[in-house]
Amino acid sequence: MFFWQLVVSGLSIGSLYALVSLGIVLLYRTSRVLNFAHGEMSMIATMVAYSLLTAGGVAFGPAAVLTLAVAFAAGASFYFLVLRPVKEATLLGQIITTAGFALVLSGMAVVIWGADTKVLPFPLSRAVIYNIGGVFVNQVALGSFVVALVAMLGLYLLVQKTRFGLAMRAVSQNDVAARVLGIPVRRVFAVTWGVSATLGAIAGMLLAPVTLVHPSMMFDPFLKGFAGAVLGGLDSLPGAIVGSLIIGVVENLFGGYVSTSLRTTVAFLIIIAVLLVRPEGLFGHKFMRRV
Amino acid sequence: MQLIQKYEEEMALVRGWAGWMGVALLAAALLAAPWFLRGYQLYIANIIGSKIIVAIGLNLLVGYTGQISLGHVGFVAIGAYAATHFVTAFQKAAAFQWLGGPFWVALLVGGAAAAVFGVLVGLPALRLEGPYLSIVTLGFGLAVQQLLINWPAVSGGRIGLFVPTARIGPWLLNSHQSMYFLVWTCVVLLSLVAFNLTRSHVGRAFVALRDSDIAAEVTGVNLRYYKTLAFAVSAFYAGFGGALEAYVVRYLEPTMFNLYESIYYLAMVVVGGLGTIPGSMFGATLLTLLQFGLSQAQEYLPVVYGAVVILVMTIEPLGLYGRWLKIKLWSKTWPL
Repeated sequence: MFFWQLVVSGLSIGSLYALVSLGIVLLYRTSRVLNFAHGEMSMIATMVAYSLLTAGGVAFGPAAVLTLAVAFAAGASFYFLVLRPVKEATLLGQIITTAGFALVLSGMAVVIWGADTKVLPFPLSRAVIYNIGGVFVNQVALGSFVVALVAMLGLYLLVQKTRFGLAMRAVSQNDVAARVLGIPVRRVFAVTWGVSATLGAIAGMLLAPVTLVHPSMMFDPFLKGFAGAVLGGLDSLPGAIVGSLIIGVVENLFGGYVSTSLRTTVAFLIIIAVLLVRPEGLFGHKFMRRV
Repeated sequence: MQLIQKYEEEMALVRGWAGWMGVALLAAALLAAPWFLRGYQLYIANIIGSKIIVAIGLNLLVGYTGQISLGHVGFVAIGAYAATHFVTAFQKAAAFQWLGGPFWVALLVGGAAAAVFGVLVGLPALRLEGPYLSIVTLGFGLAVQQLLINWPAVSGGRIGLFVPTARIGPWLLNSHQSMYFLVWTCVVLLSLVAFNLTRSHVGRAFVALRDSDIAAEVTGVNLRYYKTLAFAVSAFYAGFGGALEAYVVRYLEPTMFNLYESIYYLAMVVVGGLGTIPGSMFGATLLTLLQFGLSQAQEYLPVVYGAVVILVMTIEPLGLYGRWLKIKLWSKTWPL
């Protein structure tokens, strides 16, 4: 039973990692940018939600919607204001730019909101516990699992069933050809940034009851989400979900049976082992290029 | 107007009387600095020196060989801890008491220990590229820090680890001034090694590998050997720089080696200019000065640091050294 308990709580935290990693993968797939500021963007969104809920006195529902809108706008404007003018298109140049942006955001969070730990008023409680077939699940874990599933479903519908999703997939295959066909590539990029930031904001708000709200709250979840994305294959959305769930379960099992302090290290060791066998991740496409 | 007639002239490190004047001025400034700078400023100069060494090493890997490392601080940490433990163990052994702790051996031990791990991290790099390599190196950096936090025998637990004073025979290097000479001698020597490495066949193999690994392999560059070598050399520089920094700061704790440090080192290389050794020196000096300059307003440091990086990437992707080269070209061809 202990085993299944660990698996279930691993799946619950893994679904939140999956939300983080979907944001990373969506962006990487469409624009080949690895966003190292993804965690910090989610953190800022959570801070905004915190301010709306406490100082603003807004109810949770409207505050959450408002936060997602802010995150979307901030993500899209980051693309236009910062990434667009950067001429250097190399992978490293983009990593450095987004990492620089991450520094700016985390610094701003400390300056504006302070470095202390805050508690986000959350409508669900960790004290309410359900017994599902002998496995205990608290309300927050269950709720965040459900919300994460809904968000993933929404993303699936957006990417696979809408005209905009078609444009996104076209851009991700070949952005020059997409431009020739009349797809507004820049707008697609900007909206992708916005959707990615929105996914991050959802993850941030759901993680808030677990990690509490402080400037480095997303550091660990971001790394896990990134790791899950790489494990699943950086250009595959289902891969991101599977990879993140694996990370969540494995680190929980290791934490439960062996030691909690080396959880992160073990997660990364597993990734390295998997990558040595499959360099493109579990579901990713093989690297192929013209010489 | 400069006419290059021989290959040796093309490959020369210093060109023409202007170049030699520049080198002479720089040497004079470096030698004179200890008499003009005060204690704390000398300490900053020493930190800059150790950062320059790490940045040059990282540039050999990232700028010249085109491999990404997001966990370079792991090598720095390994170098720092290996050197410190080596010296401490040496001092305890009664037979070697009269030697004190031979710091030059310790620096090499730090570098060599890091280089061993460099080879280990370089092995996955043979199969991985781009973002996949970045996650492996990132994981390495995090793993080193977590291991240090959870292994009090090495990291000294909550108290941290104190580094013994460097000494040459009876002469204790306990002032910032004496450390200055040690650090900057190492900087000059290791920069010379790096300069010579980049203009030798090894450096050309690195650059060929970066520009197109398939073309390089076709022309007979042994990919496995040179990729692993690049990681080993880069890690050696990082370990050496880490060991030097340990001697300068005289205190080690695992939180000094976090992920942000790795990003700071990358930022130094990129701000200075990828694939140029003087660029790494510029970048390391500028960003370290910025760090100390903002010590009064610590909470604004990440904001300013990040803004500088974004600004450089937007305005001058070639880095400060690229801008300097453009100015030089402009002045040479002036009335045009």
